[in-house]
Amino acid sequence: MSFPRKVVFYFLLLFSAFLLFFPVLYAFMISFMTGGEIMQGKFFPQTFTLDNYFRVFERLPLMKYLMNSFVVSTGVMMGQLIVCSMAAYVFVFIPFKGRDLVFFLFISTMMIPWEATMIPNFFTIQKLDWTNTYQGLTVPFFALAFGTFLLRQHFKTIPKELFEASQIAGLSRFAFFWRVILPVSKTSLVTLGAYGFLTTWNMYLWPLLVTNNDQVRTVQIGLKQLQSQEVATEWGVVMAGVIVVIIPTLLLLFIGQKQLQKGLTQGALK
Amino acid sequence: MKGSSSLHAKQSIWKKSLNARTALLYLFPSILLFSVFVFYPMFRTIYLSFFLTDQHGSAALFVGLENYAYLLESQAFRNSIKATVLFVLYTVPAGVILALFLALIANEKLKGIGFFRTIYSSSMGISVAASSVVWLFLFHPSVGMFNRLLTLVHLPEVQWLLDPDWALLSVSISTIWLNTGFSFLILLGGLQNIDGYLYESAKIDGAGYWYQLRRITIPMLSPTLFFIITISLINAFQSFGQIDILTKGGPSQATNLIVYSIYREAFVNYQFGTASAQAVFLFLCILIVTILQFKFGERKVHYQ
Amino acid sequence: MKRVELMNVSKTYDKKTEVISNINVMIEPGEFFVLVGPSGCGKSTMLRMIAGLEEITGGILRIGEKEANHLPPSKRDISMVFQNYALYPHLSVMENIVFGLHVKKIPKLERKTRCKDVAAMLGLSEYLNRKPRELSGGQRQRVALARAIVNEAPICLMDEPLSNLDAKLRAHMRSEIRQIQRRLGITMIYVTHDQVEAMTMGDRIMILHDGKIQQVGKPIDIYNHPANPFVATFIGSPPMNIAEGVMKRLQSEILVGDECEIKIPVEDSRLLQTEQVLVGIRPEHIKVASKETSHENRMVVEAINVEILGNETIFSFKIGSHEWMAKWNGQWHLHIGDQIPIQMDYESLCLFDRKTNERIKSATDIENNILDKEVFL
Repeated sequence: MSFPRKVVFYFLLLFSAFLLFFPVLYAFMISFMTGGEIMQGKFFPQTFTLDNYFRVFERLPLMKYLMNSFVVSTGVMMGQLIVCSMAAYVFVFIPFKGRDLVFFLFISTMMIPWEATMIPNFFTIQKLDWTNTYQGLTVPFFALAFGTFLLRQHFKTIPKELFEASQIAGLSRFAFFWRVILPVSKTSLVTLGAYGFLTTWNMYLWPLLVTNNDQVRTVQIGLKQLQSQEVATEWGVVMAGVIVVIIPTLLLLFIGQKQLQKGLTQGALK
Repeated sequence: MKGSSSLHAKQSIWKKSLNARTALLYLFPSILLFSVFVFYPMFRTIYLSFFLTDQHGSAALFVGLENYAYLLESQAFRNSIKATVLFVLYTVPAGVILALFLALIANEKLKGIGFFRTIYSSSMGISVAASSVVWLFLFHPSVGMFNRLLTLVHLPEVQWLLDPDWALLSVSISTIWLNTGFSFLILLGGLQNIDGYLYESAKIDGAGYWYQLRRITIPMLSPTLFFIITISLINAFQSFGQIDILTKGGPSQATNLIVYSIYREAFVNYQFGTASAQAVFLFLCILIVTILQFKFGERKVHYQ
Repeated sequence: MKRVELMNVSKTYDKKTEVISNINVMIEPGEFFVLVGPSGCGKSTMLRMIAGLEEITGGILRIGEKEANHLPPSKRDISMVFQNYALYPHLSVMENIVFGLHVKKIPKLERKTRCKDVAAMLGLSEYLNRKPRELSGGQRQRVALARAIVNEAPICLMDEPLSNLDAKLRAHMRSEIRQIQRRLGITMIYVTHDQVEAMTMGDRIMILHDGKIQQVGKPIDIYNHPANPFVATFIGSPPMNIAEGVMKRLQSEILVGDECEIKIPVEDSRLLQTEQVLVGIRPEHIKVASKETSHENRMVVEAINVEILGNETIFSFKIGSHEWMAKWNGQWHLHIGDQIPIQMDYESLCLFDRKTNERIKSATDIENNILDKEVFL
């Protein structure tokens, strides 16, 4: 690439990066500022004091919320991995009459928006007495057509001779699934796991509906509480809360960006 | 001999059904969960949309299509539809173009490109609640960034979230920002899947950057673009969190998007019947979008 | 070491058309048996039926003395090597080799010694801790072999195991596999589309075409006495030249492609039942005409392509609408367009009935066709 073109590209890259990252950067700066500094409209805080962070943990049971979010996200991630990988295994390695029909049914669930079914789901959770429980927050999300589809795409790349070789060796179907398919598909399992963790961590509407006390409430709802309590004056505290909430997922994304991109593109397109 | 052949027949029936039985065992969790949390509630929603309901969401009085008739009459619902359509128009094209632009500049082989890719995809790791809180501050009438910038260049301040003419646009801007990460990541993946030989042969033919973009990149990327447009559309229809935190549907219902409207109707006003009718409406919208996309999109799309 | 017997075995997917029909063959214990045929002839399907990976829809398969039609693959006392090797990518070479032993719950110590022995035999000892993706194609192939051998199964099935290797390595592996099979004394059933592999490796070979047996026998017998034109052109490289011929009983000669007449002995012309024949001659039987060549057997052809390979020279020419090839030993500096005098003798000809495709006569003057005992003189 010629030098002037390089300059143009770097300029575009830097400019876009600054614009896109500005809200996060600004929130990060604010989280260290005192109320007065914010009023003056400064960009850099005078001192990087952690006062706001201490205060946000006092105001809210933020530690508990973080814990809850972690439990719920990990739970959904594990549940999705187990349920989806089992289904995907059938769609690739166990042929039976009507399999295509079942697969079509699975895919059709992608067209039903979660929000269109939330009213009966809310009552189902109530009837099961699952409001304010971890299972109420996790179980409905275990089955995921997208996840099944993504894993199926990867399983399909595994040569069928591997299955035949294991048949000759006398491996049972479950042993083949457990000892060959899952280890071989580590990369797409990681992708789906990261995706499941991210989306669950960031989930907003469902936790809002099925939690009404601090018992299992997640951080996202905590943010809403914080914002409605503090909105008048203490933006520094609110931003400290924001930073605490986004750090785990940002870290996950930074570590797994390449992997996530590869895996999601594979799953999304044939 | 006869005995053994009938034994074989039995064996083979046993064997054949073995596959189906094993398959069902593995599929059981998915089928159960889909039945309870997707298929049943879908039918239940349609069912409820024909009824007036009590406070516990049980069907109380059959009213046929009256809920729908009521909705079509209702100014509030029409308003909500208008807001949703506008919201889709504001967010989808702009969001896809922005993500495509970012993916194109981040697909160059330059030093430190990994850093930029990480930055561009970062909004995928930020929740709707967190981003909305940040934008709430940016849009703040007095201490917010935007109004400070406007005063700096001596322009009149804008009541971003409080002015009915501006609120929807403001919410759209924050939504575009939030969705950029995911769209960018998928589009970048699509770009990287394009065979490098195509560009090499184009270079040998002496094609310039824009020509390559128009004749190779965009056509080869069309399946990914197609996918991301569909996803963005569906996402736009489903937006909720930003409304709940930024505007609560206001001012004067200018940002009362359909999902927020369903939420309020059901869980604030306890009108589960009309809420269900709206939910059916949402479902139909998404269904139509998907079908249209497949029908018209698929033909124009270039699959490898 | 077990025998494998197929009795009237057939296979159909849609209950209408048979992809394999009426296979009858007995594979003896310790035999190296090669299934060969063009792609799509059903040879892999047949092997997979023996392995139990495909259902047998008709007939009986016996392994040892037992009927095996409904045995699961793991109960058939077989091992198998796949074309793409089917190595488990997440396991090391050692884990791959002992994978089957692990499943069969063979004690750890024995697993280790057996793995070491096999690895030593195949020269894999240094690579035991590597993953398959860190190996070359030839090494992967050896791991697949090792995995089959280590089971000590009396029957080994191989499905085109060498087709992913380059030519040089392939030639080397041919003899290596053959040696291992002989040393272990296992029964080998080997599928290939490559007639050179079939000729060089098999004790006996079976030629399949369109799901039907064309011929079964020792490679050299099949080469010398092909049962039909398909076998004649499939085995041998370059293939046997074939053209339509007409018997002229009166002149006691065969007219090949309107221009070439070949004299035949009077008594043979009486014996031949039909006039419409297919004439075949192997490229090495077309010789250069010398001064002694009688006028009738001599003809002049125009070379349309020449390949000088160093130790032999192959050129092609037209007979009627067919392109024939001749193969001469040594280096002949021929050029395209050269007029070349050649001779074809009746003794070298193979004749087939054009209607039934059956062989009427095979070549009788095969050079160097020395009986076994003479070789040792």
